[in-house]
Amino acid sequence: MTEKEYNNIPGTIVFDADRSREGYHLNQFCISLRLQKNRDTFNKNEEAYLDNFPMSKEQREAVLKRNWNLLLELGGNIYYTSKLAANDGINFQNLAGRMTGMGVDSYREMMINGGRSIEGNRDKSEWGEN
Amino acid sequence: MAKILAGVGCSHVPAIGVAMDTGITHDDYWKPVFEGFQKSREWMKKKNPDVIFLVYNDHCTAFDARCIPTFALGCGAEFQPADEGWGPRPVPVVKNHQKMASHIAQSLVLNEFDITIMNEMEVDHGLTVPLSVMFGDIKKNDEWPVLVIPLCVNVVQYPAPTGNRCFNLGKAIRRAIESYEEDLDVIIFGTGGMSHQLQYKRAGLINSDWDKRFLDLMTEDPFGASQITHLEYLRETGSEGIEMVMWLIMRGALNDNVTEIHRHYHVPASNTAVGHIILENNE
Repeated sequence: MTEKEYNNIPGTIVFDADRSREGYHLNQFCISLRLQKNRDTFNKNEEAYLDNFPMSKEQREAVLKRNWNLLLELGGNIYYTSKLAANDGINFQNLAGRMTGMGVDSYREMMINGGRSIEGNRDKSEWGEN
Repeated sequence: MAKILAGVGCSHVPAIGVAMDTGITHDDYWKPVFEGFQKSREWMKKKNPDVIFLVYNDHCTAFDARCIPTFALGCGAEFQPADEGWGPRPVPVVKNHQKMASHIAQSLVLNEFDITIMNEMEVDHGLTVPLSVMFGDIKKNDEWPVLVIPLCVNVVQYPAPTGNRCFNLGKAIRRAIESYEEDLDVIIFGTGGMSHQLQYKRAGLINSDWDKRFLDLMTEDPFGASQITHLEYLRETGSEGIEMVMWLIMRGALNDNVTEIHRHYHVPASNTAVGHIILENNE
């Protein structure tokens, strides 16, 4: 298969059909937390609740450790993983603060000052990545 | 016959709904966001439409990963505001113009847009936030002053439908609406955007110059806007900026020539650039 044309955008994981396939059970777990009764069950015993979702060992570990970036690398999508974050009391902006490694306060400050500029953020080569 | 009076482009950031629901719209952070909708609310009151055809995306609420329709038309009698993980928004149930929705469903398929028909569907902030910003505070036990026909577009799993496809769908929606025999005034909303990226290490991306150009194109060169590629949206406006294809459905349903009544642009609302435009069909 040819290289996907969007793979050279830095710091970005495009949730395409391949990701969707890999992340299916992880994402279905996350979205189950939309409902209060499921959040209650999960919060009582995370391991037992996760047994209901046949995700990979790596995905399961990333959930338990709340490794937000790894969850995306393993096929998670932000609209799904944000439900796990919401369960933990983390809103979209605070989640972004964590994923960018900036921390919540400096991320919020950056947004108030107009957000992350597009300059220097178009291509992986600008980030010193391939 | 039914008639499309105007189109509205509008972001649907969930935090805007939270700000309205918790009564903090006058604080320093939110004031500039909401000031830009004052004129819109007066305009909306004056237009007093019968029906809003509202193009939005569901955020894994009605559709999780089990089922991902590219275009889904709400044909049920009413739509309950959903619990998205922090409790349902305290806003009224959304009521459909069911007969018109059925007519549109039929007309679209015969015009070769093979949409999914939803007879049961909860609606999330993607639909209720644009109604709230355009109509102001309306409490749970009141009623929305308008009937709403929802159209959900998949923009969560890549690829979203192309801008060109969306633009042409807008034209087919117009034919459907304007062949409905009752005399009804319709306003079409295209929602989402503008530039934003919610995920991974580039989160927080905003591209104001690009956004402003897109607003210009909405008024002056909609066909040009419809030719913007997915790669450009992803790279220039952030992974979630691709929601702007939904504005093209709205724009496709209007005349080529429109009058720009109002425009508002502000950064930030949470992680997102807020954009808003009102376009009226020239007679």
